[in-house]
Amino acid sequence: MTDQHDVTNKAVRIRIRGLSKAFGKKIVLDNLDLDIHEGESLVVIGGSGTGKSVLLKCVLGLLKPDSGSIQIDGQEIVGLNGSVMESVRRKFGMLFQYAALFDSLTIWENVAFGLIQAHGMPREDAHKIAIEKLSEVGLGERFATKNPAELSSGMKKRVGLARAIATSPETLFFDEPTTGLDPVMGDVIDRLIVQSVKELDATALTITHDMDSAKRISDRIAMLYQGKIAWIGPTENLETTDNPYIHQFINGLLEGPIKVSVTNTDRAAE
Amino acid sequence: MPLLQPLGRLILSFFEIVGRLSIFASTAISHCFRPPFYPKLILKQMIEVGYYSLPVVGLTAIFTGMVLALQSYTGFARFSAESAIPNVVIVSITRELGPVLAGLMVAGRVGAAMAAEIGTMRVTEQIDALYTLATNPFKYLIAPRVIAGVLTLPILVLVADTIGVFGGYLVSVHKLGFNPATYLKNTIDFMEYLDVVSGLVKAAAFGFIITLMGCYHGFHSKGGAQGVGSATTNAVVSASILILTFNYIITELFFSR
Ligand SMILES: Nc1ncnc2c1ncn2[C@@H]1O[C@H](COP(=O)(O)OP(=O)(O)OP(=O)(O)O)[C@@H](O)[C@H]1O
Ligand SMILES: [Mg+2]
Repeated sequence: MTDQHDVTNKAVRIRIRGLSKAFGKKIVLDNLDLDIHEGESLVVIGGSGTGKSVLLKCVLGLLKPDSGSIQIDGQEIVGLNGSVMESVRRKFGMLFQYAALFDSLTIWENVAFGLIQAHGMPREDAHKIAIEKLSEVGLGERFATKNPAELSSGMKKRVGLARAIATSPETLFFDEPTTGLDPVMGDVIDRLIVQSVKELDATALTITHDMDSAKRISDRIAMLYQGKIAWIGPTENLETTDNPYIHQFINGLLEGPIKVSVTNTDRAAE
Repeated sequence: MPLLQPLGRLILSFFEIVGRLSIFASTAISHCFRPPFYPKLILKQMIEVGYYSLPVVGLTAIFTGMVLALQSYTGFARFSAESAIPNVVIVSITRELGPVLAGLMVAGRVGAAMAAEIGTMRVTEQIDALYTLATNPFKYLIAPRVIAGVLTLPILVLVADTIGVFGGYLVSVHKLGFNPATYLKNTIDFMEYLDVVSGLVKAAAFGFIITLMGCYHGFHSKGGAQGVGSATTNAVVSASILILTFNYIITELFFSR
């Protein structure tokens, strides 16, 4: 999706300002600013444990930030709860890092959950859409009545993706959509994300370690380091930027400004 | 001074827990009365709480009734007061032993299972997933369980009362040589409306306590399998203690003059 359409002049769908979040003494997000524009696909990259999932959960209202502001279509969501927050979330679709399927429900009921519960669709209609979405992620009808426990983790990921897109949401969030998948299926999922974003005219915020996948699905890429955005720019600039963080991260180098967090205290404890 | 510090901390953390629990309880209750309701989920939980607890509660009740008759006999025989046995059995079972023992058994069975299930949903992010699918877990997970607990425990206790009295009857008639007809007549004569009602009120309160503790500890569990394990333990222990505490309070309300 690296065609040359410039997204930055479109309206801002998600505006994050001064976002901070700490767990005890550990500062995870530190005064972070980020804009995500309507119709764009933004990928956030960053090392393990840098707070990518935490960022996503703050935007979804699952974690309460210590300070800062998050606006969705101009509406402040920090501190919202109850039915107001529910109506905001009705426009969201989210794929969790470990899929988070409901294990008391069958596969198709998982996919149809948002349609039935949040949008009040009759079960028969929701079933039809669920089967459709499942086939889009490469799972045939015979999987529909299985339980999540009977699937491999890659399959669960695909069911999670089907569940995220089932309600045709305006905004999609993907936490590591291709981790744990084989390269072919990873490619399929990437295409599906690109296609969903195009078809639904959705805005997508994706988190990933997988640089090939990041390049395939993103219009812009942002790099998270020490609680801040260390670099953000159009995907095609990724190779040419002289930003030392990006250079080190995409080449997987040990030398550079990113400190690999094996500290002396950790070593002493071993 | 250093002695007072831990004491102060203990008192503060006690009030913190009471506060958090009250907020959780009032949120849960308010969602029990506001739509959307999930009748299918309530029914499923009622079967889980009531039907599947029947064997365990039934066995507890029958042996309790039997031992009650036996023990009363050895005591009362000394004063030639054996005829009071039907009275003792029906009063103790309906007032105290039926509700308390059923409550404790269900706390161990159902409270633990609820804490484990909801705790697992918490640590595997299923509760977060519920939120993102615009479904409030208080409505979808907690309210159906609490409603089922409050509605089902009185029925369960009514069954336990009947089986317990039957246990006493079995021992009295087949072992202690009572006349079946007289025993039954005495039992019915001694049966007080207020005793049964107080037992059922207790049962409803215990149903609330058990399901609330299971949901609360599950909902707030963290840190993987170990966290779920301690949530389960805490749910059973706190529910059992609260059952015994509220048993005293409700008894006081009903029977103190
Ligand atoms: N609920 C929590 N309680 C305490 N600490 C937390 C919690 N959630 C996350 N953290 C901490 O916040 C930091 C960031 O976690 P996060 O899950 O966002 O990492 P991540 O960037 O998604 O990593 P990965 O790529 O491995 O998924 C970690 O150090 C983690 O220990
Ligand atoms: Mg993560």
